[in-house]
Amino acid sequence: MPFSPRIVRALLAGAAAFMLGAAHADVTLLNVSYDVTRELYKDINPAFIDHWAKTTGERVAVEQSHGGSSKQAQSVANGLEADVVTMNQATDIDLLARGGLVPANWRKRLPHDSAPYTSTTIFLVRKGNPKQIRDWDDLVKPGIVVVVPNPKTSGNGRYTYLVAWGYAVKKGGDEAAARDFVTRLFRNVPVLDGGGRGATTTFTQRDLGDVLVTFENEAVLIQRELGSAGFEVVYPSISLQAEAPVAVVDTVVDKKGTRKQAQAYLEFLYSPAGQEIIARHFFRPRLDAVLRKHTRQFKPIPLFTVDEVFGSLDQAQKIHFADGGVFDQIVVNRP
Amino acid sequence: MGAAVATHWTVHSRRFEASAATREPAWVRGILIAIALAFFALFLLLPLVTVFAEALRKGWGVYFAALVDPDARSAIFLTLLVAAIAVPLNLVFGVSAAWAIAKFNFRGKQLLTTLIDLPFSVSPVVAGLIFVLLFGAQGWFGPWLIEHDVKIIFAVPGLVLATVFVTFPFVARELIPLMEAQGQEEEEAAIVLGASGWQTFWRVTLPNIKWGLLYGVILCNARAMGEFGAVSVVSGHIRGRTNTMPLYVEILYNEYNFAAAFAVASLLALLALLTLVVKSLVEWRGRQELSAGQES
Repeated sequence: MPFSPRIVRALLAGAAAFMLGAAHADVTLLNVSYDVTRELYKDINPAFIDHWAKTTGERVAVEQSHGGSSKQAQSVANGLEADVVTMNQATDIDLLARGGLVPANWRKRLPHDSAPYTSTTIFLVRKGNPKQIRDWDDLVKPGIVVVVPNPKTSGNGRYTYLVAWGYAVKKGGDEAAARDFVTRLFRNVPVLDGGGRGATTTFTQRDLGDVLVTFENEAVLIQRELGSAGFEVVYPSISLQAEAPVAVVDTVVDKKGTRKQAQAYLEFLYSPAGQEIIARHFFRPRLDAVLRKHTRQFKPIPLFTVDEVFGSLDQAQKIHFADGGVFDQIVVNRP
Repeated sequence: MGAAVATHWTVHSRRFEASAATREPAWVRGILIAIALAFFALFLLLPLVTVFAEALRKGWGVYFAALVDPDARSAIFLTLLVAAIAVPLNLVFGVSAAWAIAKFNFRGKQLLTTLIDLPFSVSPVVAGLIFVLLFGAQGWFGPWLIEHDVKIIFAVPGLVLATVFVTFPFVARELIPLMEAQGQEEEEAAIVLGASGWQTFWRVTLPNIKWGLLYGVILCNARAMGEFGAVSVVSGHIRGRTNTMPLYVEILYNEYNFAAAFAVASLLALLALLTLVVKSLVEWRGRQELSAGQES
């Protein structure tokens, strides 16, 4: 039989070693985050652990969980014991507020609406920009193939949709004009990937499309990781400020007794050291001093917020992305 | 009984083979073999080679570094742990279910047979969601579990549950036809000769089914280690804690860490190949024992 007592004993010993290995810190925090922040928190966590040990003498460990933002929020609502959530859209934390895991006023508990950094939606084109794509108008031209993740399932795709809509409005268009503009844009999108990383793979690995519309951090990362020989970053004339909100999950920290550490962890993101790490990972920091230091990297372009054009992300969600909403109508009616 | 059936079959096939008139022409055989081989090369061998080629593209150093990474080690350990719990559970269940279905008549037998097959027809993602709906914080048992501080979903028990569900049918499915073909004469003889129920099971039934059982266990184990969908839903994806190997491969791939992703994938493939080797050995031993039984 494949399970002799010896093997069972070896497995049990392994299990014991595994448990002990995980338990050597005084406190363990779980940070449930979205898809593309792994590299960021891989640097943030040791810095925070160091900082916390120096100021309090306590050893903390931080565990990470990554996945699609909305899916991750759903997991937390279903009982994944996150001490903190670090998401890429406020609606995902609102979901937790509706479930009573965080208070309704969670935005007010930390500076800048609880978003320690932002990003913005920009373009990545193929080397030499053969199709001469410079601004949002170029994306709706016939014959341009645009790669965007699905706005229904991805925060990244949602922001692309919203910035296109906002661009048309800012140019003086009414709702019909904005709708027409977004319709023409999505007519140029041949496939809708489920998430930001999926769209990146489509554009870079499958060589599909003339332009990838994605977050600045993702575009710059691709350029660095996959060689600047193949791709160029293009900044449009205007874009959207995408805020990445964070929150302490009250029900979890109160049960585990980790509120102090969880709160400090999030505050560390706002500290000069945290902001510096954030900037190094191509997210736009909130601290002016840090932003100025990296000004070459973060090209200053006019940015508008979701609230300015749509009232709130929640409202935009209801009108545009709910089942049967404007996005569904556009995609269904496309020829 | 099974031996008798097998003997009959081999004799028959030998006679069949001997007659030139019933044999396919050489070119038909050639084409069939060529098609089978081409299909095998294209859909099985090529992907397998690709996995290893990609894994080793940056050299052995990167390959081993990817496998000894603490997160990778914990994923490997977790995969083995989950299989080590799920497979014995399904072994016990599979034998009892097959025993009940093959040797007894009772009301609802057909229903039970159908239910055993259910995990094959249900999508693994749905299987995972079932457990979230049952044991999640907002699920049926959620409040009770929270009150008693029992963690099932997003922890090892959830992974085991999902794996058990998905690998449920393998052992039973393997045994039911075998036990039905064997009938119950030998057991009846044993009972008549004064054996107790346990004795009958250990001395008569188990020796008769052991190769089929082992085969079922191996298939069950292969699926348990490779399961993705159901496990993905209940895992919570905590690095170094609730990521099994298939989940870890996906994460690495999504992080552009292709060499590491393929390194871990190649280890999974190696485990699968090992399973196949063991499977072939088991089949070979089973056949040997069968022919030995015929000669005596």
